[in-house]
Amino acid sequence: MTNTRKIWGLHIAVIVIIGALHFILPDYHHGLLARTMVLALFAMGYNFAFGYTGLLSLGHALFFGVGMYAMGLGITELGLSPGISILFALVCSLVASTIIGALALRTAGVSLMIVTLMFAQAGWYVILYFGSITRGDEGFVIPQASRLVAGIDLANSENRYLIALLLFAIVLLITLALVRSSFGKVLVAIRENEERARMLGYDVFSYKLRAIIVSGVISGLAGAAYGILFGYVGATFASVQYSILPLLWVLLGGAATVLGPFVGTLFMTYLIDKASEITEAHLLVVGVVLVLLTLFARQGIMGEIKKRIAPWLP
Amino acid sequence: MEFGPNLILALIEGSVLAAVLTLTAVGLSLVFGVMRVVNVAHGEFYMLGAVLAYVIASMIGGAPAIAFIAALIIAPLLVGCLAALADIVILKRINYDPENTIVATIGILYIIQQITLVTFGPDARPVEAPFNHRLSIPWFEFKDGAWEMYWPWGLGTTSYKLFVIFAAIAIMVALWMFISRTKAGLIMRATQLDRDMAQSFGMPVDRVNALVFGAGAALAALGAVLIVPIQQAHYQMGEEPLLLAFIVVIIGGLGSLPGTIVAAIFIGLSDGIISIFFSPTLAKILSTLLVAFVLIFRPQGLFGKAER
Amino acid sequence: MTDFLNKKPSRRTVLSSIGAGAATATALTAMPGFVRYAQSQSSEPIKIGFQVHRTGIGASYGRWYNRTTEAAVKLINDGGGINGRPVQIVAEDDGTDPKRGAEVIEKFANEHKTDIAFGTLFSHVVFGSAPRAGELKLPYFVVSEGHHVASGKLNRYTVQPGITDVKSQVQAMAPFVAKNLGKKVTMVFPDFAFGHDHRDFFTKAIEEQGGEVLAHIAIPPRESSFTKYMPQIPRETEVLYHVMVGPGVLTFVKELGEFFGSRGPKLFGFIDSLEAVDIGSSGLEFLEGSYFWEGNPRYAQEDQSEFDKAYRAAIGVDANGASVADPKDVSTYAHMFGCWETLHVVKAGMEAASYAGTQDRAKLIEAVEAMTDMPESLAHPQGAKRFNGKTHQVFGHQYISQVKDGKLVRVHTTSIEDTLYPDEVDYTKMSF
Repeated sequence: MTNTRKIWGLHIAVIVIIGALHFILPDYHHGLLARTMVLALFAMGYNFAFGYTGLLSLGHALFFGVGMYAMGLGITELGLSPGISILFALVCSLVASTIIGALALRTAGVSLMIVTLMFAQAGWYVILYFGSITRGDEGFVIPQASRLVAGIDLANSENRYLIALLLFAIVLLITLALVRSSFGKVLVAIRENEERARMLGYDVFSYKLRAIIVSGVISGLAGAAYGILFGYVGATFASVQYSILPLLWVLLGGAATVLGPFVGTLFMTYLIDKASEITEAHLLVVGVVLVLLTLFARQGIMGEIKKRIAPWLP
Repeated sequence: MEFGPNLILALIEGSVLAAVLTLTAVGLSLVFGVMRVVNVAHGEFYMLGAVLAYVIASMIGGAPAIAFIAALIIAPLLVGCLAALADIVILKRINYDPENTIVATIGILYIIQQITLVTFGPDARPVEAPFNHRLSIPWFEFKDGAWEMYWPWGLGTTSYKLFVIFAAIAIMVALWMFISRTKAGLIMRATQLDRDMAQSFGMPVDRVNALVFGAGAALAALGAVLIVPIQQAHYQMGEEPLLLAFIVVIIGGLGSLPGTIVAAIFIGLSDGIISIFFSPTLAKILSTLLVAFVLIFRPQGLFGKAER
Repeated sequence: MTDFLNKKPSRRTVLSSIGAGAATATALTAMPGFVRYAQSQSSEPIKIGFQVHRTGIGASYGRWYNRTTEAAVKLINDGGGINGRPVQIVAEDDGTDPKRGAEVIEKFANEHKTDIAFGTLFSHVVFGSAPRAGELKLPYFVVSEGHHVASGKLNRYTVQPGITDVKSQVQAMAPFVAKNLGKKVTMVFPDFAFGHDHRDFFTKAIEEQGGEVLAHIAIPPRESSFTKYMPQIPRETEVLYHVMVGPGVLTFVKELGEFFGSRGPKLFGFIDSLEAVDIGSSGLEFLEGSYFWEGNPRYAQEDQSEFDKAYRAAIGVDANGASVADPKDVSTYAHMFGCWETLHVVKAGMEAASYAGTQDRAKLIEAVEAMTDMPESLAHPQGAKRFNGKTHQVFGHQYISQVKDGKLVRVHTTSIEDTLYPDEVDYTKMSF
């Protein structure tokens, strides 16, 4: 019982602290933290498939891109209102993750990784192929007038921070509830020993599919939110780099921990930001961190804390 | 251009791609076959081969042919040593765990690429071909009741491109001899068949791993040195060959060398031919989807045997 | 207690009270040096955030944009700076990536507190960055040659006063091509937005000249071999119009030569296909006699102006358009003048607006919008310009050169009128 209290208390405290930071952070860090929260949504979505269910996907840029483009094209091509376009983005990422999940989950391990990579690569090419609508690599700007949701101007940095925080809090708490539910426990059981889970009578395929769908929809939400909050939709966000980044964030923060994705994203954002002041090869940092993680800290930051200090962390 | 000459040209261009792709993909396949790991940094070893070729060629200077031959020998050796070192320092220590290896090689990918960026710079740089003559190819058409020979516009190739094709064939033959006729090749095959058994028979599996990882990288580098007089060395040139090599290795059946070669030729030629009929970007969409569906519905590959 | 609840501190009041506290502290510690502080206020440098492609596919351009920018800033500072204040460049790599570009804009506005942002070539980076610049009310001077500014898709704070846009460049080429080279054209271009602009604008322009485009050949992004696309060039083609960007350009042009051998259509290319590439590279001999659009002639021409001479000397570019230090290091001469000219426009704009600090950013934009003709001068070494305040886009002369004895020799100069087209937007009607 006390653990339950501790866990919910900790996560709500994190949300409250980020809320309090809204009032005191200098402008630049305020903006960077807003961005980090939206990207952390993506990482949390990825963590659901990779961390909890053990599905190593290299194709999550597709879900992020589907969300972003469904939102953007919903506004510019279909004339949807911004609120509706975000719902549309969620529906599209639901459909995309269902189809891709149903197909890709026929494979496992390395094959799964390559299948998801190929689907995402095909998606990226599709964006370029339909350049007359998507404006290809150049992307397009969401007109400022279309960035009013229920009278709230998303182009305003204070609103952006608060909305990012709201989305972050919702997804964080949903993730927490899900991983503590029996559904989440079955996913972990599947990750640990798929055969045994099957023997126990669980429909492994259906559980994995549902995990991919949850993961894909959260990633799609992240893409849509990123597009509308920062006013730009572009093919870069569907490129292979955006499949690798959530993997990196989750590994760094700690796979299969609820706070890990946020911690990893935050850490990496600042690391790259500072590194780019020193060297043009700021991606070198990404490489070194990845290698060091696999060698010395397989559990990531929150994972190591969980192992050494607070075993009750979810 | 008429269909006939167009097809011939597509076949020649496709063969050049197939030649380089074979070397690169066989390297990737070798590593997967023997070590059971996926090397995501493979494209960067390719890139490194091209970049080193530029560095070596410009250091030696003089006649292009001598500089090129030096690059052809030294660059793959250096890349191979570097890869073997990466294997010993990193991959061995994570016990070749499949998923961790992917993560670690993504890390290696960025490290190699970014170090090249700060040392070699972001520009594309050319290496001069040892020889390069344009060869026109004649074509025949039926005109006024008789066959007539003419020289179609654009139907031609260069002597260097033909050399690339033959060099790749020669290297593949040498590789096949090495694997099938030498003791080291035997050990490699044994390790591929049954790692535990090989180890219990006292075979130096650790050294085999480092050797294979190095050889795989060296093959990629060799392909790159061959292509660099046609294309230019650039720090981001590793991405495309990596994806193509993945496609080839999967279609050919993971870890199967003959399958990989057949698939490389298949993909190389079709890349040239598809671009006659389809929009090239559409062709890329189709080929990536093809790989995904092959893996889903025929995991042993189009040309591979069913899993043992 | 109720008092506290009613207070509802907003982010701004909390920040400003913290700021006030900090200011008091600073004032206290700075007490003895108070006079010095007041003086330094007026001579504090004007900070210009420079978004530069250090890495990614735009890196060759970025390197030269950087050199040109440094040279222009040195010239401005040697001449007394802007409004008596020195100019300081704060450079950040955007990685030729729109996301990083937007972050860099935020960094300029909020961390470095620069007065304006400037730079960048690739249009996707401009698209990714411009919304943030608009929101942050940071004047954003782009040097991108994209049609994005004049198309009306950006905002009041984004201007392009130092380089012409692709639409005006392309349409000004059509009369020359139709009259001197031929009317049956085949176009080869990269299959992304920049290439599509060429496709759309040139096709329309050549049709107005009574010509036609026989085939559009789009090369997919990241392609590294090109011969396989060339058979799609129809035989009856009289002119091959080519434009390519990225690290594959030399391969592209070489394979073009290998494909046609000594025969083939007349070639008309945008110099982008050869930016930062030595025309003397082996395999490019076939270019002899072919034509190129040049934003600014790479080789010093016979009638070279004193301004071009001084401009070359300032950056360290020789008469062949290569670095004085390394003749193999060829510049992006057709584009980089945009940085030089933009910085001079910034100077003129700030002086016209009596720019004193970030509170005058809107005044700066209005001052630039009020600009019209810019005569050829050391500030505008590429030639005279005409700025359109409504569309935030500058127009200028375009040059067509022919390769003669391995050098590009200018054979035609378009008038500014050739490059004009009807306004597509009026940014001055938008609020700040």
